[in-house]
Amino acid sequence: MEARLRLDRKAWLLLPAALTIGVAFLLPVGWLLSRAFTDPQPGFQNFELLWQRPVYMRVMGNTLWIAAIVTPVTVLLAFPVAHLMAHGSPQMRRWLIFLVLVPFWTSLLVRAFATAILLQRHGVINSFLLGFGIVEEPLPLLYNITGLLAGCVQVLLPFVIFPLYSSMARIDPAYMRAASTLGASPVRSFFRVYLPLTLPGLVTGATLVFVSTLGYYIIPAMLGGARQQMIAQLIQDQIATFGNWGVAGALSIVLLGATAVLLLLLQLTVGLKEIAR
Amino acid sequence: MTRLVMNQDGMAPWRIVRGTLCLLVAVFLLAPLFVVVIISFSSAPFLQFPPPGLSLRWYVQLFSTPAWINALVVSVEMMVPAALLATIMGTAAAYALVRGRIPGARLVMACLMLPIIVPGMITAAALFGIYRGLGLNGTLTGLVIGHTVLNLPYVLATVSSALRVQDSRLEQAASTLGAPPWATFRRITLPLILPAVLSSLLVAMILSFDELIVSLFVSSARVRPVAVQMWSNVMGDFDPTIAAIASVCFLFALLVLVADLALRRGPRLT
Repeated sequence: MEARLRLDRKAWLLLPAALTIGVAFLLPVGWLLSRAFTDPQPGFQNFELLWQRPVYMRVMGNTLWIAAIVTPVTVLLAFPVAHLMAHGSPQMRRWLIFLVLVPFWTSLLVRAFATAILLQRHGVINSFLLGFGIVEEPLPLLYNITGLLAGCVQVLLPFVIFPLYSSMARIDPAYMRAASTLGASPVRSFFRVYLPLTLPGLVTGATLVFVSTLGYYIIPAMLGGARQQMIAQLIQDQIATFGNWGVAGALSIVLLGATAVLLLLLQLTVGLKEIAR
Repeated sequence: MTRLVMNQDGMAPWRIVRGTLCLLVAVFLLAPLFVVVIISFSSAPFLQFPPPGLSLRWYVQLFSTPAWINALVVSVEMMVPAALLATIMGTAAAYALVRGRIPGARLVMACLMLPIIVPGMITAAALFGIYRGLGLNGTLTGLVIGHTVLNLPYVLATVSSALRVQDSRLEQAASTLGAPPWATFRRITLPLILPAVLSSLLVAMILSFDELIVSLFVSSARVRPVAVQMWSNVMGDFDPTIAAIASVCFLFALLVLVADLALRRGPRLT
């Protein structure tokens, strides 16, 4: 009885947060998702629409395809940075961490805008290329797949760099020494010993990038073109332009389902502890 | 020994490749921000780089345009209550979940973390839909509620990990010596986790200041925070006033980052 009373007292502290999340988050999200089955009439017609209309399929395909390109590019670029962070001098490590944290803390909107300025038709990159005579005409870098990829990779790099770094920092250098003492070439010991040990961080980072890209709105709306429309833009369009809550709900279920499945796989393989930056 | 030296030599090309790639990534990450800050001091009426001359006219313009001033006021009125509410409720919940013996604590924690896992567009659309019936769209209250929800998971994560590294025997000792629970919390627990609490307050404020998607749905022309005002300008014509407000946001983020690093360097905190 005594123990029960004590437990209850601390549980009260949970109440405000639980109520807030319940009423102002779970309830609205549940309502939105339920629209898929009830709006305009009960049934699965919204999912049939998703399947039948080429526009919807194309946008969902786009979204997957873009996430599938962004992920490997981000991982490849993050790898050397995380490596230097983990195995460079302590001073180098501090600088690199600061260097990655600064953009990480800057608003997505500001970074997207900054990238747009760089990539504009008469922006910094095109002026540079024209000035050195590398190209004759300004390259179309904005409002297309190039702008979209540049924006996504830039914003998502820290999500791979940090988990990868924490995996790499834990690798005992003795393993690599052992591999080379036993006669493995540097390349062989990298692929057979080092790379497998980085897998937890690599898989975590890659999953975070893939999942985040699936739900992106600001970057594709600002840097991508009409042909790169992604699922979050479509949801916004369905609500703001057409008031079509049924299709918006169905699209939300698809997006949330994909996110949940991927994060669940991550949880089962690596564990989500690494998600805390 | 020779083998080791050989290996070092074998690594040299890789070191050069690694250094070059790191430099490229650094430029890729930071160059856009530098360009924006420089352009904000431009004297030209368009986004030219390098600028033909320097001036403060875009900052003057920014701080003399009623729409921008109103947006700054709305942002502050929205982010301060949202950050405070999230910090208080998140800290209380973290304390209950880490120190209390609550059945299904892990499941409750997972549910409370959902707002950072669910894509922003879904949360925004859902709140917009529910708010319609309640008349909360276009109100400060609506914005504060939405942002409190989005901030809560960050506070919960930061404070609960700080609580986990704290030695709970200190609290047990205090209660054994006769301190009532509230005194134990205020005199022992709170001072130990204070850096984490303050850090999450800062993070919550910056997150709320920067957040766009929920704000975009819930705000109106009259109640419009900075992020939405920026968005509506960015989607029209680029003009250096946006570079000026972007630089202000960047400076704000930088200050918060430095303050946060200082907090984390202080007493033990992970």
